[in-house]
Amino acid sequence: MTALTATSRGPVEHLSAEDIELLGKELDAIRQQILDSRGERDAAYIRKVIDAQRKLELTSRGILLFSLFPPAWLVGTAGLGIAKILENMEIGHNIMHGQWDWMRDPKIHSTTWEWDNASPSAQWKHSHNELHHTYTNVIGKDNDLGYGIMRVDEDQKWHPIYLGQPLWNFVNACIFEYGIAAYDLELGKNLHKRRRKNPEFQARLKQALKKIRGQMTKDYVIHPLLSGPSALTTLTANLTANLIRNLWTHSVIMCGHFPEGVQTFSKKSIDGESRGEWYLRQMLGSANISGGPLMHLMTGNLSYQIEHHLFPDLPSNRYQEIAPKVQELFERYGLTYVSGSLPKQVASAWGKVIRLSLPNDLLDKLGKLTKAVKPA
Amino acid sequence: MTSTVPRLRDRLLRLAELATTPLVPSDYLDILNPLRAGADLRGRIEEIRPETRDAVTLVIRPGRGWRPHTPGQYVRIGVDVDGVRQWRAYSLTSPADRADGRITVTVKAIPDGVVSNHLVRRARPGTVIQLDQATGDFVLPAERPEKVLFITAGSGITPVMGMLRSALGDQRDLGDIVLLHSAPTSQDVIFAGELRALRGRITLIELHTDTDGMLDVADLGKLVPDFAERETWACGPTGLLDALQAHYTERDLTLRTERFRPTVLVTGDGGTVTFANSNTVVSTDGTGPLLDAGEAAGVLMPSGCRMGICFGCVVPLREGAVRDLRNGALTTAAPGDGVRIQTCVTAAAGDCTIEL
Repeated sequence: MTALTATSRGPVEHLSAEDIELLGKELDAIRQQILDSRGERDAAYIRKVIDAQRKLELTSRGILLFSLFPPAWLVGTAGLGIAKILENMEIGHNIMHGQWDWMRDPKIHSTTWEWDNASPSAQWKHSHNELHHTYTNVIGKDNDLGYGIMRVDEDQKWHPIYLGQPLWNFVNACIFEYGIAAYDLELGKNLHKRRRKNPEFQARLKQALKKIRGQMTKDYVIHPLLSGPSALTTLTANLTANLIRNLWTHSVIMCGHFPEGVQTFSKKSIDGESRGEWYLRQMLGSANISGGPLMHLMTGNLSYQIEHHLFPDLPSNRYQEIAPKVQELFERYGLTYVSGSLPKQVASAWGKVIRLSLPNDLLDKLGKLTKAVKPA
Repeated sequence: MTSTVPRLRDRLLRLAELATTPLVPSDYLDILNPLRAGADLRGRIEEIRPETRDAVTLVIRPGRGWRPHTPGQYVRIGVDVDGVRQWRAYSLTSPADRADGRITVTVKAIPDGVVSNHLVRRARPGTVIQLDQATGDFVLPAERPEKVLFITAGSGITPVMGMLRSALGDQRDLGDIVLLHSAPTSQDVIFAGELRALRGRITLIELHTDTDGMLDVADLGKLVPDFAERETWACGPTGLLDALQAHYTERDLTLRTERFRPTVLVTGDGGTVTFANSNTVVSTDGTGPLLDAGEAAGVLMPSGCRMGICFGCVVPLREGAVRDLRNGALTTAAPGDGVRIQTCVTAAAGDCTIEL
């Protein structure tokens, strides 16, 4: 009896322990194929993206020096928003995962990269790489599930406070980078009276505030001042660019684990979990976004969330190459590869957030009601 | 008065830092000019000239921060081979004061040499490489000795060529120089034309080992009867240098050598792991991760998922060899290579030193 099949959940009941170990070996083989062919072309790719991102950012900030003119404001804001998205998604997130460590370039390395975001890289790497990627979708262990402020699974106990979660989710989306910073600090837990004075928390808080101060000074003081007469419009442009980035990253990340069809797991189910079972949990706990090359680039290839969760340290540009192989495994092992367009997945995730703001029994009643109204 | 300019510059720099955080201004300036003053030291390969069938000279434009070298010294260069940065040391073959400010190194492809084969066969002009400042004490003293002997073999000629070219540039009398050089055949002699043109100003003894056999140090007295009176510099394969060193030590003579090929790492299962900053040494059998070995010995090891996915345990491997426990892949490092490893999924595959 495997840890996963020990739960009452259905999707893996047909798999034996041997099946799951075999699945793990097949996935190891896919990973090895990429490792064996990783090289110059991949290095050139990430360097090209970094180079383009920096040029785009410089140009956009240059244009914003004249943001008093509405067309300049529009072009500069859009450019800066895109540059910030690229930096956070395809560059920062993936470098911090160690996807490019193999290049041995100290400037493109998980231990040195600091991203254009309120949360310090060190804290993000702990809460994201370590907690989220290890304990993916395990209720009570993976705080990405609703970020500790939302109910995103029927198995989470309902409380009247969740009635407000559609509103918080929207607010969180608008200020997402600060949401992430607060989340990495585990503010919910650490602001408790007893923990507030903890020196380790104090040190992390100081580190985060320093990062936030630097980020704010850059976007809301220095660049506006450099713009002279365009100071005020540059300020609104930078605010807007950050808002665009926040809304976009929030949407993409919601699509990763919240849409309908994605499974969650209980703490008990991962006791003594094998490598194969860990892989299986990643497969069931993630969802992809379908789309073209531009979608993949702008999501930092998190449109291949399933492949990313299976192999978080493989270069992001290679996920699309292994996706067909991974999808074939899903089919062969009788599992559901959750994927959909961005609008569909965003709607699905939002639908869940709204639905689960209500208690389960009320949902059941509503369900019966709709069935009664709409006979199948 | 004098302090206002630096102070203004500091302020501007601080402003630039505030505007570019979390990056630094140089991250953007590097896009425009990676060789500018103040940048990390780099160079651009401007020309690649064939020397023999398996050796080329790279003409490199160093960054503005380059400090002139002393002939005979070497430079460590970092080259991206198949996307991975590899560092190697090469002797400078250019005189210290080339008018165009460029430097040269001469590289011979060695069997299985990752970097040398890349540079000889695949590198293209225009490539930007990483540089360190020149270093090394395989140099002529300021006061040039009257009688000199250079014993070189293969690419071991390169530091000596740097010295000879510099001396020629000085327009001074070269003094009494004997150069005893070994190469497989006449065609394999790097800088053959230039060296042979020096005949008359130096004594050149060429040994073509395919026909003449390898240099036997016992024959040194026959080839260079007054070798004991000469200050001697030797550069070549380890075997030759070891034999020469023994020969000179026996006779109580001084020999200066330059060795490039690092000692071949003995790789196997396990080895002694040194945690350099913690003064801790443990011996491991290579079956468990370095993270466990370090923790068991009381070293404060950074750690995270303990399964190879979070990169929270990454630390520099100063030197030695480690094996990836997941797929057996071997990683080796020499000091200065900048190799970092995940301790939670790697085991010692030989003696190694970790910067912790």
